[in-house]
Amino acid sequence: MKIAFTTSGETLNAPMDFRFGRAPKFLVYDTDKDTFEVIDNRQGVQTAQGAGIQAAETVARAGVDSLVTGHCGPKAFRVLSAAGITIYCTGAPTIAAALKDFRAGKLTPADSVDDAWQ
Amino acid sequence: MILGIASGKGGTGKTTVAANLARAYGSPAQLLDCDVEEPNDHLFLRGPVREQEIITIPVPQVDASLCDACGECSRFCQYSAIVSLRTTPIVFPELCHGCGGCALVCPQGAIGETERRIGVVETVESENVTLMQGRLDVGVALAPPLIRAAKARMRRETPAIVDAPPGTSCPVIAALRGTDFVALVTEPTPFGLHDLTLAVDMVRELRIPFGVVVNRVGIGDDRVHGYCAAEKIPVLLEIPDDRRIAEAYSVGSLIVDALPEYRGLFMSLIEKTMKLKCAEIGVSAGGYDENQA
Ligand code: SF4
Ligand code: SF4
Repeated sequence: MKIAFTTSGETLNAPMDFRFGRAPKFLVYDTDKDTFEVIDNRQGVQTAQGAGIQAAETVARAGVDSLVTGHCGPKAFRVLSAAGITIYCTGAPTIAAALKDFRAGKLTPADSVDDAWQ
Repeated sequence: MILGIASGKGGTGKTTVAANLARAYGSPAQLLDCDVEEPNDHLFLRGPVREQEIITIPVPQVDASLCDACGECSRFCQYSAIVSLRTTPIVFPELCHGCGGCALVCPQGAIGETERRIGVVETVESENVTLMQGRLDVGVALAPPLIRAAKARMRRETPAIVDAPPGTSCPVIAALRGTDFVALVTEPTPFGLHDLTLAVDMVRELRIPFGVVVNRVGIGDDRVHGYCAAEKIPVLLEIPDDRRIAEAYSVGSLIVDALPEYRGLFMSLIEKTMKLKCAEIGVSAGGYDENQA
């Protein structure tokens, strides 16, 4: 399974970025292979409107099943849901900490826009 | 004749010039307030609202039974207003610019149209002036289509003044396109000159003949005049820095009503723009060259 984390860095110890649409990067972790790749969200950061939608398209194209972020707006939520991606919100400081919580089943999926926008 | 009034930034007296000119015509004139985020010509040209027209843009509506989730529409739309990730697309009407492109590229003919309201155009009758003002709905960021809708309501046979929004962005260009002559309003200060040069670049790009109105002459220096002379730009009108003008403005009065001695000044601007426009037409239509005559 592939999980996308929103971040400003490029390693597992990098801090989480709690914004979804305007996070500089996505770290996509593959739990089957225990490997990861980093995807740039430059397009989303620079766009005036619809940043969340473009970011949602970017992570959907990367073939992820889950997204772990701080919060995500209503438009992005609709696109991610339509693409079958489960959204988890976290306050964990780093990707490693968020991944640990995820594996321990401590994160609950956001199943409405309000859950995802706290 | 359609006369555009513009300025490189706000606060130069553009509204004052537009509203006073419209009144100074004496005979029926139209004034279009294209500052659709904050129309304010009505503060000076008061009267009953005769009409309020709702303006809409077409936004896509997808027929899910025809859509095969190919994603063409989504790839086409540069505003992320229609999004398909191997699914029937989701439409975000608030991001749609109403270009109609997605419907054209859809191979299945699955995209139809529905209307989305973006604002209104109000028509106010104020003595000789018919004021038409566009007003965007709160939270809508689509000034150009509303400006075009307001302009489409102008009657060709009556003289018109188009009061453009301040600045040099897309809405300003939407307002000025199709005008016969543009008056750029500025102040004789270094900032005024800087913004004027940006506005001059814009109208040159649009290839519309233009001149300059200097407001509050006496407050700054003469660099604006120097620039106009060097660039061979006609100075159409100079409005002195008169305390009584500021007083009239502060109570929402027109200069030409409160201070009738200024009426001639504004009339002279109308005459000058007409003469310059005629000269321009003479040159381009007949190949007439003043230097040869
Ligand atoms: S009409 Fe144009 S802007 Fe609107 S969704 Fe279709 S392609 Fe995008
Ligand atoms: S282009 Fe037409 S068929 Fe293809 S996804 Fe869009 S609406 Fe569906």
